[in-house]
Amino acid sequence: MQKYSVFSLIKNAFSDHQNWEVAWKDPTPKKEYDVIIIGGGGHGLATAYYLAKEHNITNVAIIEKGWIGGGNVGRNTTIIRSNYMHDDNALFSEFGMDLWRKMSQDLNYNVMFSPRGIINLAHSDAQMNAYSRRGNSMRLNGIDAVLLNREEVQKKIPMADFSDNVRFPIFGGLMQPSAGTARHDAVAWGYARQADSMGVDIIQNCEVTGFDVTNGKIVGVRTSRGDIKAKKVGLCVAGSTNILAEMLNMTLPIETHLLQACVSEPVKPLLDHVVTFGAGHFYCSQSDKGEMVMGGDLDGYNSYSQRGNLPTLQHVLTEGIAMFPFLSKLKMLRTWGGIMDMSMDGSPIIDKTHIDGLYLNCGWCYGGFKATPASGWTFAHTIAQDRVHELNSGYSLNRFNTGDLIDEKGLGTKTWIS
Amino acid sequence: MLYIFCPHCGSRSQNEFAYGGDATVKRPELNKEISDQEWNNFVYLRKSPRGKHLELWHHISGCRQWIKVERDTSTHEIFKTYKADELTE
Repeated sequence: MQKYSVFSLIKNAFSDHQNWEVAWKDPTPKKEYDVIIIGGGGHGLATAYYLAKEHNITNVAIIEKGWIGGGNVGRNTTIIRSNYMHDDNALFSEFGMDLWRKMSQDLNYNVMFSPRGIINLAHSDAQMNAYSRRGNSMRLNGIDAVLLNREEVQKKIPMADFSDNVRFPIFGGLMQPSAGTARHDAVAWGYARQADSMGVDIIQNCEVTGFDVTNGKIVGVRTSRGDIKAKKVGLCVAGSTNILAEMLNMTLPIETHLLQACVSEPVKPLLDHVVTFGAGHFYCSQSDKGEMVMGGDLDGYNSYSQRGNLPTLQHVLTEGIAMFPFLSKLKMLRTWGGIMDMSMDGSPIIDKTHIDGLYLNCGWCYGGFKATPASGWTFAHTIAQDRVHELNSGYSLNRFNTGDLIDEKGLGTKTWIS
Repeated sequence: MLYIFCPHCGSRSQNEFAYGGDATVKRPELNKEISDQEWNNFVYLRKSPRGKHLELWHHISGCRQWIKVERDTSTHEIFKTYKADELTE
C-alpha cells in the first residue's frame, strides 16, 4: 500500500494526481470467509481492521448493503468524548479516547482529530451538584473533568445568552477538555483503506437476505450477491439491527428511531468548543469549514426512514436560538437524518448470542461515532477469542434479564424520551 | 408533519400528540406466577419492525385520550387509527 506523506503528495502533484492507488478494492465475494462482518460503517470497518491487526485474522469480508460510510458514520455530528459516570461506559470510552489520539498515525490517514473540549451547560444549583458528582466520577476513572462557574463559561463561549431574562440561565458547566471532534468520513475511509491493505474484502452493494444456521451454529450468510459461508458472523448494523434480528428469530431490547442533524452556512471561527444545552435538547459545534453543526432530539417515534420531519427540527433550532441568539441570522445549509439503534437502558450491547459463532454489536443510541475505535477493538476481541473483553463485559445482552442495567441517564424503556 | 386521525377529534397535526410506543406489548396477567423471562420480554424486548407498526399515541394537547395508530415506519404512512379499547384487525 502506498504510504500517504508529504513526499507522496509532492510526487503525485507532478502527475496531476492521476496516479494515486485506489484506497480500497472492489472484490467479488469469495465462497467462504473465516469472519463476515455485516455493516460497512465505522464500527464494522474498525472491527475488520482490528481483527487483522490485533488478531491476525485476515480472511474477513465486510458486507455492506449500500456504500461504506453512507450510514451513520457519515451522518453523525462527529463528537468524541468520554464524559460518563458509570464505570462500564467511562472505562470503555476512555480506552477509545486513547485510540482516537493515535488514530491518524495508526491509520496513516488524517482523521483531523481536534480535542477542543466539550462543555455541558448547567442551569440550576441541583444540576451543578449533579455535574460535580459526574465530574468526580470521571476523575476517579482517570478522565479529565473541570467544573466551570458562570464566569468561566462566559469566557469560553461569550456569544451564548448570558442575559437575565432567559428561561434557562447558565449557572456553569462541566467540561471535558480532552473531548473534541474528528472528520467522520476520514475515519471510515482510513479504517477501510488499512483493512483492505491487510486482506479484508470490502463488499459494497451487497444486502443480507438471510442466515444459514445449523444445529445452533452459524454457517453462512445469504446475500443479494449469493450465499457466502462463514465460521463467524458479526452484526454491526446500528439502526438495521432489528431487521436482521427478525431473520434470526431474535427479539432484542432495541428500538429503531430517527435522529436529525443540520449545518448552517459557514462563518468565521466563533465557537471554540462543543457545547451541549441538554435542558433545551440542543448541542452545537463549529466545523473546520466554519459551519455550525447542530443536533438535538430524536423525532420521537419508531422510524426507518433516514429522513427527518420538520417539527423536531423546528424545536431543536428554537432552543438553539434561545441559547445562541446569533444563530437566528444564519441560513441553514443542509439537514439530514440517520436511524439509531436505541437500547432500553441507553448503553450498547457487544456480546455473543445464543447462536454459536454469531456476535452482536448494537444499541449505540446517540453515541455511536465516538465509540468507533473502542467498539471495533472490543468487538474484534470478542469475535476472535469467542469471549468478551473486560472492557465490554458490562455490555452484555442478558443484562436486561439479570437487572445489571447501565442506566447512565435513567431514561427507562421509553427510548424516545430525552 | 404527520397528520393523525384521532377517533375522537378528527385529523390533527402530530404536534398535539405524544408517542407511547409499541401497542402490541402485553403486560403479563395480574396475580399469576410469571417467570423472569416473561417479565424481561414484556419490559424490554421490542420487535421494532420496518413496515407496519401498531403503536400508542396520546392526544395530550387535545382530548387527552390514548389511541392506537397503525403506521408504516419507513414511509410514515398512517393506515388506520383506533380507540384505545378497540380491537385491531
